[in-house]
Amino acid sequence: MRAPSTADIAAGDVLLSAEGISLAFGGVKALSNVSFDIRKGEIRAIIGPNGAGKTSMLNVINGFYQPDAGTITFKRETRTRMRTHEAAEFGIARTFQNVALFKGMTTLDNLMAGRTLRMRRGVFWQALWFGPALKEAIEHRRRVEEIIDFLEIQHIRKIPVGKLPYGLQKRVDLGRALATEPELLLLDEPMAGMNLEEKEDMSRFIIDIHDQFGTTVALIEHDMGVVMDLSGRVVVLDYGKKIADGTPAEVQRNQAVIDAYLGISH
Amino acid sequence: MGADTTLHVDTFPKLLLINAVRRGDRPAMREKEFGIWNAWTWAQVLDEVRPFSIGLSELGVKRDDKVAIVGANRPRLYWTMCAAQALGAIPVPVYQDSVADEMAYVLAHAGAKVAVVENQEQIDKILSIADRLPSLSHLIYDEERGLRGYDHSRLKSFADVQAMGRAASAKQIALNWEKEIARGKGSDIAVILYTSGTTGSPKGVMLTYESTIVSSRNANAFDNLTENEEVIAYLPMAWVGDHIFSYAQSYVAGFCVNCPESPETVAEDRREIGTTYAFAPPRIYENLLTATMVRMEDAGAVKRGMFHYFIGVARRWGEKILNREPVPLHARLLYALGEILVYGPLKNRYGASRLRVAYTAGEAIGPEIFRFHRSLGVNLKQLYGQTEASVYITAQPDGEIYADTVGKPNIDVEVKVADNGEVLFRSPGVFVGYYKDPEKTAETKTADGWVHTGDAGFVDPKTGHLKIIDRVKDVGRLKNGTLFAPKYIENKLKFYPNIKEAVAFGDKRDFVTVMLNIDLVAVGSWAERNNVVYGSYQELAANSQVCEMLVAHVDEVNRSLAQEGPMAGAQIKRFLILHKELDADDGELTRTMKVRRSFIAERYGPLATALYDGSKELDIATEVTFEDGRKGTISGRVKILDMKAYPAMQAGALEKAA
Repeated sequence: MRAPSTADIAAGDVLLSAEGISLAFGGVKALSNVSFDIRKGEIRAIIGPNGAGKTSMLNVINGFYQPDAGTITFKRETRTRMRTHEAAEFGIARTFQNVALFKGMTTLDNLMAGRTLRMRRGVFWQALWFGPALKEAIEHRRRVEEIIDFLEIQHIRKIPVGKLPYGLQKRVDLGRALATEPELLLLDEPMAGMNLEEKEDMSRFIIDIHDQFGTTVALIEHDMGVVMDLSGRVVVLDYGKKIADGTPAEVQRNQAVIDAYLGISH
Repeated sequence: MGADTTLHVDTFPKLLLINAVRRGDRPAMREKEFGIWNAWTWAQVLDEVRPFSIGLSELGVKRDDKVAIVGANRPRLYWTMCAAQALGAIPVPVYQDSVADEMAYVLAHAGAKVAVVENQEQIDKILSIADRLPSLSHLIYDEERGLRGYDHSRLKSFADVQAMGRAASAKQIALNWEKEIARGKGSDIAVILYTSGTTGSPKGVMLTYESTIVSSRNANAFDNLTENEEVIAYLPMAWVGDHIFSYAQSYVAGFCVNCPESPETVAEDRREIGTTYAFAPPRIYENLLTATMVRMEDAGAVKRGMFHYFIGVARRWGEKILNREPVPLHARLLYALGEILVYGPLKNRYGASRLRVAYTAGEAIGPEIFRFHRSLGVNLKQLYGQTEASVYITAQPDGEIYADTVGKPNIDVEVKVADNGEVLFRSPGVFVGYYKDPEKTAETKTADGWVHTGDAGFVDPKTGHLKIIDRVKDVGRLKNGTLFAPKYIENKLKFYPNIKEAVAFGDKRDFVTVMLNIDLVAVGSWAERNNVVYGSYQELAANSQVCEMLVAHVDEVNRSLAQEGPMAGAQIKRFLILHKELDADDGELTRTMKVRRSFIAERYGPLATALYDGSKELDIATEVTFEDGRKGTISGRVKILDMKAYPAMQAGALEKAA
């Protein structure tokens, strides 16, 4: 199910690197001179207290914000500016803290919408119900059904997303991101607002996505237990600055991190 | 193509070989995956079973080895049964939701050599107990997901094993596979089914090919099942019902078994398939009724009005029409209109449009629920069965349907009721014995083949049907020797929506008395509608109008008991409404919400005494435990009400009088 990779980046090599990213909103510095990398095939966590700039960082990576300074190198191509749709075409997909789905559409249609980028035929062919677009649609539906099976959401296939409980909406959101067959999957607090059981399920899915499809994952998470279990490397932000980077164990021992979480005065 | 042409065929693998020729192009199995129904014909099933069976043999599976099967209803797991049986090995389906310890017990007790399981969850479970299972040499899984990184020295996928089987095509076993099948005979053990066992360790019930096949053949004949039936397999494979229903009966009649996409999609899948034969415990029918009622409350006024009007029509005439009783023309026309406007669409929702026969079994079904489904034209019937009987003991024949009986003995089944009220049966479906437990076998099965069911029952004099009243060990007697079946009486009471719990007393007493709990939701909503003000459960329970309602209910129960032969003497003489709700936190109910009679009798000692000493009311204080663990007391005055008993109506006596 993985997208055909254009660059021949081997597992363990740097897939994406952020160099000296700075971003300010008016006088507020959201990010200042942050550098870190994401290696192919790893699960990378970005953590930090509220307002540390985690979501801003994701927004910079997938082109939603343009950084004031710094560059993003993805698959060996360096850019200072990238548009969101370009990011998606290059193989970066993300989920959102507050589920971003078409609430009035069914689970199936939301996932099919996620496939739009991969549709080769234009509007003309798509308007006809026969011909090459139909064949393509069938192929896309097959891919979407694989994701539905993978995420165990068969029973909500035909239910409008707005009617679903929050935990399931999160799962559909993940499915929508997966439907684009990303090389890099950005997850913005995938377990926020979930109960323990839902968190365990979601963790299981993230691990399985990583195992099964070889997708590289970068996630923002608050639950330290989840981060410890899932990720190989953790980058810690505080007030827009990177204060630590390393394995979960290293990061947990880091004094700067402990201070940031316990709220030492700055 | 009737069953008669396969009468001589005595094992499932032999039936598969015949079906593959005779019904080669007919669907044998379907499974929904990736949103699409995939079908396998009988010929294709043989093509799947054969290589897997040979592959199993390559792994060392031999005659009389046990092959455990763990998972939800998946085609490959059903094929595993036949693949094992072809080699003379014995499949042992295990409940997939059993915890590791239970599974360890069953797998070790059966001495399973190979386990074929559905997915990673089951693999993990078995690996965690592997050190307790010395005889287990290989694990085979259906779904690969998450298993890539596992050590594959003992682990194989279903497809791998099939590939091994195909690769071995020149070997002895492949060339002699059909001969190996021919060596099987009807008296061999076909399957070992472990009964879940509410008390003690599970027991392995050994059933032969003969008993399962004859039982299936008779059941198919009883309801005229043919190769055109469609059933959906969704109940646990380790349960005898599913084994007979989705495996044995399908192989005998040649009908198609459909595996749902996931446990959550069963309702939708059933609707897409349009099953013709169905089997479900009462709670499923109850859920359908509740869901319908709730959704109708949200419907528009026109639809709601139409629904209630035609449901009224159905209640009045539906069952009579289903039972082919004479019905006036206008009722028939109204019912036909209702069929178009309400019943048809509703049945389509339930996936019951093509349903010819539906069974409920396992426990008592509420008469309201039962009648609701029947009035819509669903041929819902009851049956009584056991693992030890290859399911079928009694069932209701078409046209003889009652909400409170379990029917007449199936074809070839003999039933008798012992002096202590216990039901015994003898049939070709009787089990061989419990695996590795001759002692328990001897306790259950007599030398001349009668099996003790452990259930107490009686043959209803009015209908000639069997009625099950309770477990034998719970049945007592009044001082005058009359049979006293507390659960039977309690169930009758609890079928009234106003009554939540009932506790019946009478063993070694002069007469039967009952303590009741009102249902706060049902009675509360009645109170709201009738402007009855109340502040608490206690206040509502003591309300005189509520008392009157319950007196009417108890009176109806007495009237119905009077018509039931041996139960007539066990009518309720006195009852009271408890001043507090029975609660598991106070130890009055078990965690599975069953009443603990003796504990209640002790805890409410003064009330229990008052029920028998003739007093009219009593003040009582009871300690209660709140949800946060604090303790308090509830005190109040409880009224004790006297009931009148109806004269017993013996069917025989009535006939004589007439």
